[in-house]
Amino acid sequence: MLSLLARRLAMSLLVLVIVPSLTFLFEALSPGNIAETLLGQNATAAQIRQLSRSFGLNRPLLWQYGHWLSGVLHGDLGTSYTTGQPVASMLSTRLPVTLSLAAGSMLVAIVIGLGLGLLSAVSGPRLRRLVDVLSVAGLAIPAFWLGINLVVLFAVKIPAFPATGYVPFASSPLQWLRSLVLPCLAIGVGLATLIAKQTRDQILTALDQDYVRSLRANGASESSVLLRHALRNASIPLITVVGVSFVGALTATVFLESVFVLPGLGSALSLAAQEHDLPTVEGISLYFTVMVVATNLIVDLAYGWLDPRAR
Amino acid sequence: MTGAITAEEPGQAALTAGCPVAERSLLRCFARQRMGVISAVYLAGSLAACLAAPVLAPYPPDAQDLNIPFAGPSAAHLLGTDELGRDVLSRLLYGGVLTFAGVGEAVAVALLLAVPIGMIAGYHGRRLDQILGRFADILLAMPIIVVLLMLYAIFAGSQTAAMIVLGILSSASLFRVVRGSTLPLRGTGYVISARVSGVSTGRILRRHILPGVAGPVLVNASVIAAVAVVLQVGMNFIGFGAQPPNPSWGGMISDAQQALSEHPWQIASPGLAATLTILAIVLLGDAMRDAFAAKWGLESPAARTAQPPPPAATEPSPEVSSPVTPGATGPPEPTRASALLSVEAASVWLSGGGGVLVTDQVTFSVEAGQAVGLLGESGAGKTMTALAILGLLPADGQISGGRCWFAGTDLFSLDRRQRARRRGRGIAYIGQEPARNLDPCFTVGAHLKEILRTRAGKSESRKALNRMVEEALAAVGIVDPASVAARYPHQLSGGMAQRASIAIALATRPRLLIADEPTTALDATVQAEILDLLCSLRKEQGLSVLLVTHDWGVAAGSCDRAVVMYAGQVVETGTVRDLTQDPLHPYTRALLDSVPRMDTAGPLATIAGAPPAPGQWGAGCRFQPRCPLATAECGHGPVHLAGPPGRASRCIHSEVG
Repeated sequence: MLSLLARRLAMSLLVLVIVPSLTFLFEALSPGNIAETLLGQNATAAQIRQLSRSFGLNRPLLWQYGHWLSGVLHGDLGTSYTTGQPVASMLSTRLPVTLSLAAGSMLVAIVIGLGLGLLSAVSGPRLRRLVDVLSVAGLAIPAFWLGINLVVLFAVKIPAFPATGYVPFASSPLQWLRSLVLPCLAIGVGLATLIAKQTRDQILTALDQDYVRSLRANGASESSVLLRHALRNASIPLITVVGVSFVGALTATVFLESVFVLPGLGSALSLAAQEHDLPTVEGISLYFTVMVVATNLIVDLAYGWLDPRAR
Repeated sequence: MTGAITAEEPGQAALTAGCPVAERSLLRCFARQRMGVISAVYLAGSLAACLAAPVLAPYPPDAQDLNIPFAGPSAAHLLGTDELGRDVLSRLLYGGVLTFAGVGEAVAVALLLAVPIGMIAGYHGRRLDQILGRFADILLAMPIIVVLLMLYAIFAGSQTAAMIVLGILSSASLFRVVRGSTLPLRGTGYVISARVSGVSTGRILRRHILPGVAGPVLVNASVIAAVAVVLQVGMNFIGFGAQPPNPSWGGMISDAQQALSEHPWQIASPGLAATLTILAIVLLGDAMRDAFAAKWGLESPAARTAQPPPPAATEPSPEVSSPVTPGATGPPEPTRASALLSVEAASVWLSGGGGVLVTDQVTFSVEAGQAVGLLGESGAGKTMTALAILGLLPADGQISGGRCWFAGTDLFSLDRRQRARRRGRGIAYIGQEPARNLDPCFTVGAHLKEILRTRAGKSESRKALNRMVEEALAAVGIVDPASVAARYPHQLSGGMAQRASIAIALATRPRLLIADEPTTALDATVQAEILDLLCSLRKEQGLSVLLVTHDWGVAAGSCDRAVVMYAGQVVETGTVRDLTQDPLHPYTRALLDSVPRMDTAGPLATIAGAPPAPGQWGAGCRFQPRCPLATAECGHGPVHLAGPPGRASRCIHSEVG
């Protein structure tokens, strides 16, 4: 287990280095110069030269990469091309928004998914079929489109929640919650159907095991068989699904932050990509990669914690 | 996994999605998946319509008519117009080309990378496989959306580049699928013989491996395609890829969102177009998976359809009804009044596979303090009988007749809930494979505490419970109970796990222990120890035991009476001594002859043929086809159990003394 963890940790570090570096790789592959792209077609050669010099773009790409890496190690993610602000400080205010959104979505996904999955595992074939239908629908409906539909229903037709905008938790916990309900539902509902299907299948698999027969025969209560034993055994494969779902939720934040105009990392990433603001893109990619890698590591650790055989 | 599922246990036999064995061509199996066919037709139709957009579309994609912005559906504009009066249907068709092209690019790149590399990794194995595996791990750990947006930041607006990168990232999961499906094929006979006869690796991969991995690859490719649509539409929505005024589904949703409060229905058409496309891809993938499963004879979830009900009551009980007097030669045949457990004409019906009767009017009883062996080959109905008594038949099983008296109650008359409430009171159970009968996530102590708590109530203190756990383990001959209590099942030897299982069963303070093949999975020496333990527990605690076994050696060594079952029926009952020394039924005799003995020379006798599967029992004696004594008379009609008190046999040839 320890060697596996060490290997995973090494791989995580590798991913952490590779992903933000890809911008430099893409730049190397790109035929054009980023300064040209930034300034547009009407720029003069002098303007391009001047911009290149001020961003350090006239240096070799490898030097730029080394410069960026050493900056990262000192907590400096560089300066935005478009705003001139330090990237790190800009992202630090945006991180909580994305984390709130992703965590809230997972809360929705796990509560609905686990509940529906358990319910359908113990109930008749009709509910089981419904879970199948829902899980296909959950895969098929794009979360951001579902989000717009939720806005139509619960912000425009019935003005129960704000259509757009974000209120920090510190200024008003209630408004913070209200601003997150619709986007979290939009992301969480689709993931919930995935978790529900997996929960149902894993619970049914667990209930089919010999130990469940022995437990029941010797008088263990049905609620203990289901909630203590079957759920515990099902949670081992389920934790992987939850990890995959969290990464899916992070992906969805990029689109949902755009729908709901939330000032998170995702909307900043799409804006920065549109404006070719490479330092910001690199910084956000580092943040996202850290979150994905951390999720994978937590799943690995949870595996060992949940499954005595894996310790 | 191949289709090598025998029909030994008919209830568990695989169902094949309604696809008869004779006509298992893949296409036919697929054609039976209705949703899959509809999806394939929808995808092909919409792809063709999008490609033919210049011909089919009523308007050019950017033809504006500012007089009619946000028009509703009409004959001129079937899906209405957008904010600039452009025809929505035309824009959907032109925009769809982009979607399908993107999906095609991503899937093609993933296939081109993953299929050859995956086959080579799986076929060669070793170092190369390891390195490629690590590489795939790294790709899988990358946040796809971030990489795609980076790409857009540099190659502004190039959707093809993004889709190629998506294909590269997705190839990692496909690689794993290909590699995983190649591994088992590597060792198959035809691949080995091709290699031995000098066929080149490339040719083996193409001719022998590729057809085998095609199924899983197609299914996985559908997942990649669905993800590609989601991501592409999303990227178009946030402004990447197609630039206005060029139409894209995501861009149309984005345009519609600008006028959301006044014209909310504008988001419907492009969103539904995307949703239906993804839906069709997902359903097509599911249908392909089920078609492959059906072709290879594996059970698919879709095949679990409604089960037929059991038939009305079978023949009236023909069982022994002679008054019983205590026999002189051994333990008495118990009556309902004196017996601890009395099973009367118990029939169990399994609804799987069209429905079959698996036990047919089984009658026997167990006296207090007695050990009764329930004997027979696998499939004879022993385990089903035991499970019926416990009220733990599988989901498709039900009791279709009979009674089961225990402590004054007919257990068969209780409904599910009542039966569940009575479990763990009076009757305990240990199963065949000790390690699998303990929950792998819980320690032995946790198992014991749970059962002890249901009996003792929640009032027991922690300390008292711990003491009870150690006492219970010590009582089954475990020397260091405290250490064993703290262990998980996978940390126990088979014998130790079975002792722990017995301790858990006894924690309920049962009067009857049902042991289903308790020693079959154990080594011979451990087997003897466990049987000795059961014997001494019987003596010390006055415990009754119903020992389900296929092994005469086990039954003879530890039981007072035996009940021999064949093809769902009891064929002979009596004391173990009577049955071993003077078997009346030819099946009992044959079973005894097939027990290996040290004192006789010569080859071991076997019973020719196989027992009939449930549902194919015939009208007469069920052993007749394999019986050395069989005459024409044996097939005439049902043979009944008959015999003197305490002894009965189901054979018209048996001379009952």
